[in-house]
Order: sequence, then structure tokens, then C-alpha cells
Amino acid sequence: MFTDVRIQHQDFDISAEWAACRNRCAGRAGAVVAFGGLVRDRVQDDTVRGLYLEHYPGMPEASVEGICVVAADRWRLLDVTVIHRVGELRPGDQIVLVLVASSHRPDAFAACEFLMDYLKTDAVIWKKERRDGGDTWITATASDRQRRAGW
Amino acid sequence: MNVTVRFFASLREVVDQDAMGLELVDASIEGVRQQLACVLNAAQWEAICAAGVQVAVNQAIVRGDVALAVGDEVAFLPPVTGG
Repeated sequence: MFTDVRIQHQDFDISAEWAACRNRCAGRAGAVVAFGGLVRDRVQDDTVRGLYLEHYPGMPEASVEGICVVAADRWRLLDVTVIHRVGELRPGDQIVLVLVASSHRPDAFAACEFLMDYLKTDAVIWKKERRDGGDTWITATASDRQRRAGW
Repeated sequence: MNVTVRFFASLREVVDQDAMGLELVDASIEGVRQQLACVLNAAQWEAICAAGVQVAVNQAIVRGDVALAVGDEVAFLPPVTGG
């Protein structure tokens, strides 16, 4: 299985990543599932002006690559790309891409969701919301942990 | 013995630095904690001890007390969330 994990400041191009994935597994893949996460501009009743993402360089890369191996043991996967941005982002910006190719769609759907749930609770990344009401470091929610535990 | 201790996100802000070198008498995580208890103020020490803070040695999460070697990098990690 091909795996590409990137933690980066710069934006990414979903269509370019999709095309690269198609090229790598042309003829073998019957399904490609992509999840794109975006910065929202509201949380409850507060306005979010932006999001600051911090990471421990090297640590999320290794742990996400490890969880891709777990996913590959569990589902029949051909190709996985995970891109997670760090730094200062604005509402509407792209935060994360999880792109999974497999022969049949159930594997790609399930693995994409599994990887995303893992990123929420375990990737060594921190997010600070820059709200009008004050900057706030946020953590995984009970719902995030429940979803992760469900796997 | 010297180790580097790193702090991230909310802990970096509370401690007001992202890294410090510590000269340890006891070459272990417990030794790091003992040294930090001496050099940090009460609020900083409380943040380090808060529920959900994990410790990594050379980028691997450890639980409980483990031995350290010269040059090890110890990191205190507040609760994470990506995505």
C-alpha cells in the first residue's frame, strides 16, 4: 500500500492529490474517498476569527503513519494520503485531507472515517480557536472519543 | 546528567518557554518532575500535573516512571486534537 503523510503549513490542492492517487492506482482502484476538513467561523454563539494549529514536529507524522498501517491491516486499501496543516488559518481555509483508495467502496469509506476519528483524538496536534470572546485551546470532545472508541 | 524538556501549546504558554535544559540527579521522569517542581511556579507546576497531560520521551508516549539517558528529549503534551 502506498502511504503519504504530510504535516505542513502550506495549503493543498484536493484535485491534484486526487489525480495523483488515481495515477498511482490506475486500473486497480474502484473507489476513492476524500474527506476535507475546513475552518468554521462560529462556535456556539461565538465568532471564530481563525485557528492556530501547533504540532510536535516528527511525532504526528510517525503516529499517523502507524495508524495507516493499522487501517491497512483492517481494510483492503491501495493508497492513503493524509495532509494536515499547521500554523495560522482563517475561516474557510482547508485544515485536513484524508484520501483513501481501495478496490471497493466499503473499505475506502470505513478507512477514511477511521483515520479521521484517529486524527481527532490521538494525533499530536493542538488547536487554538481565536474567538471574539478570547483565544481558547480546544480538545477532543466526548463525542470524538466515543467515535474513536467505537472502532 | 542533562536532558532537554519541551513544552507545547497551552503548557508552553503557561511555562512561558518552549524548552529548557535540566541537570538531573535522578535520571528518570520522576527526576524531571522533581527538578521542575523546584524551577516552576505554583501555577506552572499545577499545569504540568493537570489531568490529561501526557509525557513523551524521544517522541514516544510513556506512562509512569521510566529511566532516561543522556541527551533524551522529554516533552509534556497537553490534551491533543487534530482534524
